Amino acid sequence: MFGCQGGRVAAKFLRSSTQCRFASQASAGARLNRPIDMKKVPFLHQSQNSARTAFGLSQDAPVDWVNLHGAINASLHHALKQDENVLLFGEDVAFGGVFRCSKGLADEFGAARVFNTPLSEQGIVGFAIGCAAEGMRPVAEIQFADYVYPAFDQLVNEAAKFRYREGATGAHCGGLVVRMPCGSVGHGAMYHSQSPEALFTHIPGLRVIMPRSPAQAKGLLTASILECNDPVIFMEPKILYRAAEEFVPREAYTLPLDKAEVIKKGTDLTVISYGQPLYMCSQAIEALEKEIKGLSVELIDLRAIYPWDRATVLESARKTGRAVVVHESMYNAGVGAEIAASIQEGAFLRLEAPVQRVTSWSTHHGLIFEKFYIPDIARIYDAMKKSLEY
Amino acid sequence: MKCRTVLRPLAASSRNRSGVLLRRTGIRWASDTWASGPAQKAGSDSVHFPGALKSKFTSTMKFRNPTEEAAMPTYRIMDADGNVVDPSRDPQSRISDEDIIQWYRNMLTVSIMDLIMFDAQRQGRTSFYMVSAGEEGIAVGSASALSLDDVCFLQYREQGVLIQRGFTLKEMMSQLFANKDDNGKGRNMPVHYGSGKLKVHTISSPLATQIPQASGAAYALKMQRLMNPNIPPRIVACYFGEGAASEGDFHAALNIAATKSCPIVFVCRNNGFAISTASIEQYKGDGIASRGLGYGIDTVRVDGNDIFAVREVMLEAKRRALEGDCKPILVEAMSYRVSHHSTSDDSFAYRAKREVEEWKRRDNPITRLRKWMEKKGIWDEDKEKEARTSIRKEVLREFAAAEKVKKPPLRALFEDVYEEITPEARAQMQQLKELIEKYPNEYDVSQFEGGMKTLS
Repeated sequence: MFGCQGGRVAAKFLRSSTQCRFASQASAGARLNRPIDMKKVPFLHQSQNSARTAFGLSQDAPVDWVNLHGAINASLHHALKQDENVLLFGEDVAFGGVFRCSKGLADEFGAARVFNTPLSEQGIVGFAIGCAAEGMRPVAEIQFADYVYPAFDQLVNEAAKFRYREGATGAHCGGLVVRMPCGSVGHGAMYHSQSPEALFTHIPGLRVIMPRSPAQAKGLLTASILECNDPVIFMEPKILYRAAEEFVPREAYTLPLDKAEVIKKGTDLTVISYGQPLYMCSQAIEALEKEIKGLSVELIDLRAIYPWDRATVLESARKTGRAVVVHESMYNAGVGAEIAASIQEGAFLRLEAPVQRVTSWSTHHGLIFEKFYIPDIARIYDAMKKSLEY
Repeated sequence: MKCRTVLRPLAASSRNRSGVLLRRTGIRWASDTWASGPAQKAGSDSVHFPGALKSKFTSTMKFRNPTEEAAMPTYRIMDADGNVVDPSRDPQSRISDEDIIQWYRNMLTVSIMDLIMFDAQRQGRTSFYMVSAGEEGIAVGSASALSLDDVCFLQYREQGVLIQRGFTLKEMMSQLFANKDDNGKGRNMPVHYGSGKLKVHTISSPLATQIPQASGAAYALKMQRLMNPNIPPRIVACYFGEGAASEGDFHAALNIAATKSCPIVFVCRNNGFAISTASIEQYKGDGIASRGLGYGIDTVRVDGNDIFAVREVMLEAKRRALEGDCKPILVEAMSYRVSHHSTSDDSFAYRAKREVEEWKRRDNPITRLRKWMEKKGIWDEDKEKEARTSIRKEVLREFAAAEKVKKPPLRALFEDVYEEITPEARAQMQQLKELIEKYPNEYDVSQFEGGMKTLS
């Protein structure tokens, strides 16, 4: 109760702060932990043509400059318009959501389809499972990933196992999507910063997705809602809601939910990450490649955290012989552990260094310590260097 | 995963016509709840706080004490001896003898199957069982008031609902023996029944999780009728015990069903015990029924041993649930769990055998209806004997048949986790196959349909 109320209050100040660059608290002399200039991030579509080319569109196809919450809003809008079985609900969704993702949708699609629920996460997810079990395509919102735990039973014991236990009755809750803002935001402390994805990757039956950018979020969320018949946990890095902007196709499109994406090709080292840390990986790679002439690092965005694209990661690790996994959630039994073990199993003879894991430390997200807690550019840089020097 | 880039026109299926779905009717602005702004009008005798709109001011400080309120009465039509208490409520005028006899036979079937399966578990022929003794009337009576279009969510002690809806003994036995004809493909513990055809969702063990799901399902039914008025009006019937009502999911479910006006009837079977925990350790209020009012839900308490009362209450509950914009209803059906909690429980460790015998002898839904039928002259000792013999024979026949049927294919272990088998699971299926081929004496695959062949 207190947490969620706190969440609402927090959302107000988070709104202005998300415009800060991450690593903005860098110390004065920092060479690596510099603020990221979002206008220079190579994997964001900085030009209209870059977006058109990436999506195979014609040269006059409309593209819009949107941020992450705008892209999510566009995806939800499309889904509601495309399929009248789509419902959107959660705490404070009707007025547009504390992060503005559902802005304008209740006005356009009505209170029967876009609505507030009582403040109860187990209720929201249970209700959504029931809607999906009767053939609807509910999109439930958990206000912060930090508050998903009251719904853990419904997700783990119910949503994930629904199709399996129903068996030949044919019933399932595959239309279900649970969206939740996740990850650090500069000052979210313990309950507005968490990345609980690893908890969900241990649950057969759930798909866990995390986008890194507006264009990716739009395609992945649309696919999750309209095309995927498995329950999806859709985690949105909230620090990117306003910070990440790029050109995004105006028309609807979907992206596959089981494919990793090689963002940058390379031959000497593979960096694997997903969501927000990719921006820091990209910066760290740029710094190291500038320093070591001829170095070429491959950067992979997992996109689907579970079930994940082992084939793409293994192919890369076999090619480069070195791998660094980066994520914001903590070290032990994190997603990095699964990736490192899989690489060890699938690329053993090609490995030239132990797989490195750059993660948050095994403690909690203390307010004032964030810049020392989460992986930053310097830590990623250092891990890559250690791998290359091994 | 079938995903593709789609750039398709969007207009086709979007509904812009005026009416139910797209209009903003029903949006309640926070300000709507204020008569005229937040300020208290001078001289007003009632509260204008948004959280409690109809509250009058008082200068008497009075704490409401629940024990000062009378307990909610229990509705009944016939007494323990099968006599109709209020002649105007005599069911005879509204229900055919055939229907009543069928309900009786359905209750008897549950009861007879219980005895046989309880013993079968004791002999180790199935792994687990849960009997319904004492609660057959709640299940059969309430289900008799539902249509086959209505959707049911069960807890686990509602075999009578399934039988009343047409679940066959063969289907029951297939589930209990987890054979290849089991709807659940042999994945669930015994008694976790489900049927797509009968619109009964498969039972899951975690208590109360089905309650908010049922609320959501009811909302879906309501929306589907808004989208397509040709769909008949339907409700969800959601069953749970008084112990499960202590779970957070019960609270979540009733609250959301009320705020979203869902056409649902919550049926609480209050049988006095949650395993060993007596209701006195479960709650301090007036049962479960008293809570319904707190959520703004129409509520009734009914004698669960009186099948006529349960049926009438359920008919009225369904009518009310579908009235106007729809709403949830709470029914608390009182009974006594005559049996042990399950085959893994010996209830005499926590309650007196004498008390149980007393209930068995004095009052239960089967003997009560039997007395009523005998008084009406539509039942007698011979009919009773014949019914018991023929039901028992049929149960044993299906029992023997189901026991012989092969188990589901091994492949079913890996299927249905996702819509399609993932590459990871496919690789593991192959690993299992190789393992069994390497150590053939360690595993008996002969009882599984298709043997090893299905593992690829």
